[in-house]
Amino acid sequence: MITLAYAYIVVGFFFASISILSLIDRANPRRARTALFWALLATSFWAGQFLGDLGNGLLALALVALAAIGLGQGKPPTTTPEQRRESAERRGNLLFLPALIIPAVALGGTLAVQYTDWGPVIIQEQHKTLVSLVIGVLIAVTVLMIWLRPPVLAPLQEGRRLMDSVGWAALLPQMLASLGAVFLAAGVGDQVGRIFAEYIPMLDTKTVAVAAYCIGMALFTIIMGNAFAAFPVMTAAVGLPFVIIACGGDPARVCAIGMLAGFCGTLMTPMAANFNVVPANLLELPDRKAALNGVIRAQIPTALPLLIANIVLMRLLAFP
Amino acid sequence: MLVLLGIGVVVFGFIVRANPLLVVMAAALTTGLAAAWTPAADITTMTNAARDTLATFGKAFNDSRYISLTWVLLVAIGLLERAGLQERARITIANVKAATVGRLLWVYLLIRQGTSALGLTSLGGHPQMVRPLVAPMAEGAAEAKFGALPDRERYLIRSHAAATDNIGLFFGEDIFIAIASILLIKGFLEGYDIIVEPFELSVWAIPTAIAALAIHSLRLWLLDRHLTRTLSKAPTAEAAQ
Repeated sequence: MITLAYAYIVVGFFFASISILSLIDRANPRRARTALFWALLATSFWAGQFLGDLGNGLLALALVALAAIGLGQGKPPTTTPEQRRESAERRGNLLFLPALIIPAVALGGTLAVQYTDWGPVIIQEQHKTLVSLVIGVLIAVTVLMIWLRPPVLAPLQEGRRLMDSVGWAALLPQMLASLGAVFLAAGVGDQVGRIFAEYIPMLDTKTVAVAAYCIGMALFTIIMGNAFAAFPVMTAAVGLPFVIIACGGDPARVCAIGMLAGFCGTLMTPMAANFNVVPANLLELPDRKAALNGVIRAQIPTALPLLIANIVLMRLLAFP
Repeated sequence: MLVLLGIGVVVFGFIVRANPLLVVMAAALTTGLAAAWTPAADITTMTNAARDTLATFGKAFNDSRYISLTWVLLVAIGLLERAGLQERARITIANVKAATVGRLLWVYLLIRQGTSALGLTSLGGHPQMVRPLVAPMAEGAAEAKFGALPDRERYLIRSHAAATDNIGLFFGEDIFIAIASILLIKGFLEGYDIIVEPFELSVWAIPTAIAALAIHSLRLWLLDRHLTRTLSKAPTAEAAQ
């Protein structure tokens, strides 16, 4: 049976190759540091379960330290813009097709495990989607290697090119999830929940609880600049105790829509620099330094009705 | 109340633009230490609290490795980019024969939301698509119709080009099962012994995606109306000055 442990080995191999290829890339001004960063991540994927809790904590601390002093970007060999344009002209819209393999296999694998007898024999039931996803990536890469015939190292070098451009930000969601665990252990959600319960009447009725959770997600995202950071706090404070436990909401539906309510907040905050400040600079807007620049002002009239739509949708759909 | 200091650290960190990973780690340690602090606490208690916090963080970091598992997707996407996937997307968009700003941005919204839902989030984006392609095309569509643009309308159109990219991305990507936010939700709920499948979560992103499409389509229609109203009269107004 293919389990998540095998998927971790594959992904660990990916990070380990990035590390080695970075180390031998003289074009990367900080190649030792970059190589060490990805090597630590590969270690986590290969051997995290043997390191112990404190060991993993120290590993995370080392990753943070390396990210804080700064990683470098290498220059992996790739095609020129002219070659790409030529290939795009020649191959046409067929190029979009291999991209569909990954979601198709991920979905197909998930459904096979759920609805067939042979599915659970091949794929670990508990992690069916993630395992299917990694299988999908391997199939897509095989198809692309046969079709495009690039150099043997091309998939790893192209992966490194993109990974280098993402950099340490690649770990932010995982780090925020871990911060959520520390918040949980320290009772941060309970405290925020107590504040909510104190100031908002009838928080145990469905409509009020749903509205408080969605608006809280949006507001907290505006403050923190990131729905990922707001989600663990607001869900532990209001989503879980009130919408899910007290009112009987379905966890998957409440959380899925709650996260999207947070995204409405992302549209309205200058703290979300990547999405709202970077484009204002790129497009040379005259008000790019203002708190509410042109991009944010163009987004608010969509974000507010959509926040209301999320409240209505959660109220209607989350209590089956 | 002291444990809320961690949230303050996050906000402060984002304001001073410190490295977000550093901010997260600092917030975790602050929270752990604040939870353990009493007026009677000595150095040993606080050192132990810091060590325990780091262990709690480490356990969660190890348990949520699957959130970073999705980066392996980049191997396939990188290969496709090597063969000109982005150039192909550009050609496809450039072939859109939409007469107005609103309609052009609407077609881009559909493409951006649709490809994000398939996990192809890197096809769009401000440096890759909006600045070199979508914004100039939108400005071009307006110029073809109304002549030279006043600065106000030019910047309004550019802002809308960026906004459309963000909205298409945000409310499309959660339909894909392996996007970080979906896995973050899964990991969070697992901490409370609630097991959900990424698939269940992504299905419930669809109603909001439809609402976002409807609302933003209306906005783009209104943008066209606004531009027509403001710019059709503009030449006469300028001539009168």
